[in-house]
Amino acid sequence: MRVLAALSGGVDSAVAAARAVDAGHDVTAVHLALSRNRESLRTGARGCCTIEDANDAFRAADMLGAPFYVWDLSAEFQEAVIDDFISEYANGRTPNPCLRCNERIKFQAVLERGMALGFDAVVTGHYAQVFDGPNGKELHRALDMTKDQSYVLGVLTHDQISHSLFPLGDTTKDEVRKEAQRRGILVAQKPDSHDICFIPDGDTAGWLSRRIGEKPGEVIDAVSGDVVGQHEGAHAYTVGQRRGLALGRPAPDGARRYVVDVDVPNNKVMVGPPTLLDINVIEAIRPTWAGPELVDGMKVGVQFRAHGEEIGATAFKTEDGFRVELDQMARGVASGQAAVLYEGSRVVGSGTINRTRRKVQGDQLVGSN
Amino acid sequence: MAYLDHAATTPMYPEVAATMAKLLTESGNPSSLHASGRKARRQVEEAREQVADVLGCRPAEVIFTSGGTEADNIALKGIAWDQREKDSKRTRILISAVEHHAILDPAHWLNDHDGFEVQYIPVTPTGIVTPEALLKTINNDFDSVALVSVMLANNEVGTINDIAELVNVTSGKGIRFHTDAVQAPTWLDVNFDQLGVCAMSVSGHKVGGPHGVGAIIMSRDCTVTPLIHGGGQERDVRSGTLDVPAIVAFAQALQISSERRKDQVSRIAKLRDDLVAQIKLAVPDAIYNGDVTSRLANNAHFTFPGCLGDSLLMLLDAQGVETSVGSACSAGVPQPSHVLLAMGADEDSARCTLRFTLGHNSDIQDVADLIAQLPSAVERAKRAGVPKAFSTTGVK
Repeated sequence: MRVLAALSGGVDSAVAAARAVDAGHDVTAVHLALSRNRESLRTGARGCCTIEDANDAFRAADMLGAPFYVWDLSAEFQEAVIDDFISEYANGRTPNPCLRCNERIKFQAVLERGMALGFDAVVTGHYAQVFDGPNGKELHRALDMTKDQSYVLGVLTHDQISHSLFPLGDTTKDEVRKEAQRRGILVAQKPDSHDICFIPDGDTAGWLSRRIGEKPGEVIDAVSGDVVGQHEGAHAYTVGQRRGLALGRPAPDGARRYVVDVDVPNNKVMVGPPTLLDINVIEAIRPTWAGPELVDGMKVGVQFRAHGEEIGATAFKTEDGFRVELDQMARGVASGQAAVLYEGSRVVGSGTINRTRRKVQGDQLVGSN
Repeated sequence: MAYLDHAATTPMYPEVAATMAKLLTESGNPSSLHASGRKARRQVEEAREQVADVLGCRPAEVIFTSGGTEADNIALKGIAWDQREKDSKRTRILISAVEHHAILDPAHWLNDHDGFEVQYIPVTPTGIVTPEALLKTINNDFDSVALVSVMLANNEVGTINDIAELVNVTSGKGIRFHTDAVQAPTWLDVNFDQLGVCAMSVSGHKVGGPHGVGAIIMSRDCTVTPLIHGGGQERDVRSGTLDVPAIVAFAQALQISSERRKDQVSRIAKLRDDLVAQIKLAVPDAIYNGDVTSRLANNAHFTFPGCLGDSLLMLLDAQGVETSVGSACSAGVPQPSHVLLAMGADEDSARCTLRFTLGHNSDIQDVADLIAQLPSAVERAKRAGVPKAFSTTGVK
């Protein structure tokens, strides 16, 4: 196959591309320029599209004998990922920009352009596996659960999965580093990138404040209704957050308080005991299906955070997405995050969490955010 | 395999490469006072005389540099600083809107960090700077202009400016005039004296010489503030041990270009015209950019509507046909051409261009190879479409 290897300049994508070459594919490398204001040097472990990274990607491609190009996707990235990130936070939701980048940039903009230019597939260094199943290609969790990235790939459609290669899905990160060393790939010991690539200093709250602006408001105790503090903008808070609340006085019972609801229209942040965070019904919208759509009453595992645990649940289709009823309570599930459904190790589909509830005996609904 | 990117760099003439290879194993620093030093010095001075002879200037006016970019930086910063030091009112720098980044970026730097004001001289739809446009940009305020810099021939679309005519506009007004002539010497008879400029940049690897060497030709009354301080090797304008093999090879390449110009220009212009005609046949909606008559003999530049330039480049590259989209930033990101934007193209068309430039070793097979691949590449690139771009305005 003629495949397009997306090279970030890191070790994973380099080894993935090398394996694609070994598998006999005709590999062309592209490095995605996602920012117009690129730093020239990578500082620390953060960031993912500096000029240094572009050069590392070039060197890796060159070693593999793959032609190398830089694709400028900064306009798409700004609109689909960064602007979306800001507007989601401004509306009190907690988006996952990596997932959005996979959905709209790597496996949409890049894949579509690649296919039009005559390529058959995209190969990336994501840790996930694609197998042949009764209904065609299936997306599965990586063998190494500590690196598994099927959650952030859950947004891929069946068609996108059918044109994607993830050669690292059966390997541990440790083995990948060793293999890079063995292959003489210069970035073998480069630190992992983490956090959000467009917020290089890691200060998400500060970054958002500069863009959304400060909007002081009240922090309210969800149980008593008392005002217990001030905040500088509801958008800076995430359901489940404990740190950084700066509450003047402790709760009457001395227990720790958490953000239990973020009410952006009224600019209020509600805090309360952790039990208020317990929910067992999740409603999600904007679904994508990795294969056949779910069947009502299907037993699934659901994950709602990157590297979060999977909880058993029963899933139902709704008009604009799906609803999952969890087998046990889950804590701190924020709107805006993705709920990814699994059947065994197979990804069924994904949706954006729109609403969470707590359902107790007698179908009485309590709490909602 | 067809190399159609000679404006980026052109292969060294074999005899030039031979000269350079021989000199690389000889020792001798031109600044040394012993016999080896004197020999090296003699080689440099002979090269200087040869360059002066080809470019129509005096040997003392030739200052060797590390290439065109350094020459342009000396011209922009060195002259601007010197002018302001003599007359604090002179803080305007006028450059054409289609200059190379080696001019644009130092000008921007002077504007952003050093109190100068950069203004752009607009160009015609074919890329020409007219005396009227220059006069209009001067805006009746000659006394505040430190420096004017207009390129002799454009690197993207090959448009040639009548520099002597532009110099007339500023002469006698205390304004320094620089021209970036990097693309010109192989194809034009460049004569420094006749152009009448104060300073002119040239580069080795664009004329069949080595990389990493060039010169700024600077009239003796044109004083500059040095950028690189040290041993003062080049008229105290530029310090650094002289690269004897590169300088000698550069001079020889200029000499060969000059000797062969007549034949080479007519052969390549014919080949270029053939290339243009065949592209128009193969891709009927392609738009030929630039000036038809006032143009470098080796340049062809097209807009392919609906085809992103870098898609085309990549598809042709995969078939062994090497072309260029114009400028790319240091990370290799293709940018919409500021040259096309200045010539009046919209943002999308400015990203849908491809440049084909011929050189001394180009032949009919290169054109045939391109034409064999171009239609299918255009069709594919059209399918891939033109993704949206950040809005950019002009040269910044």
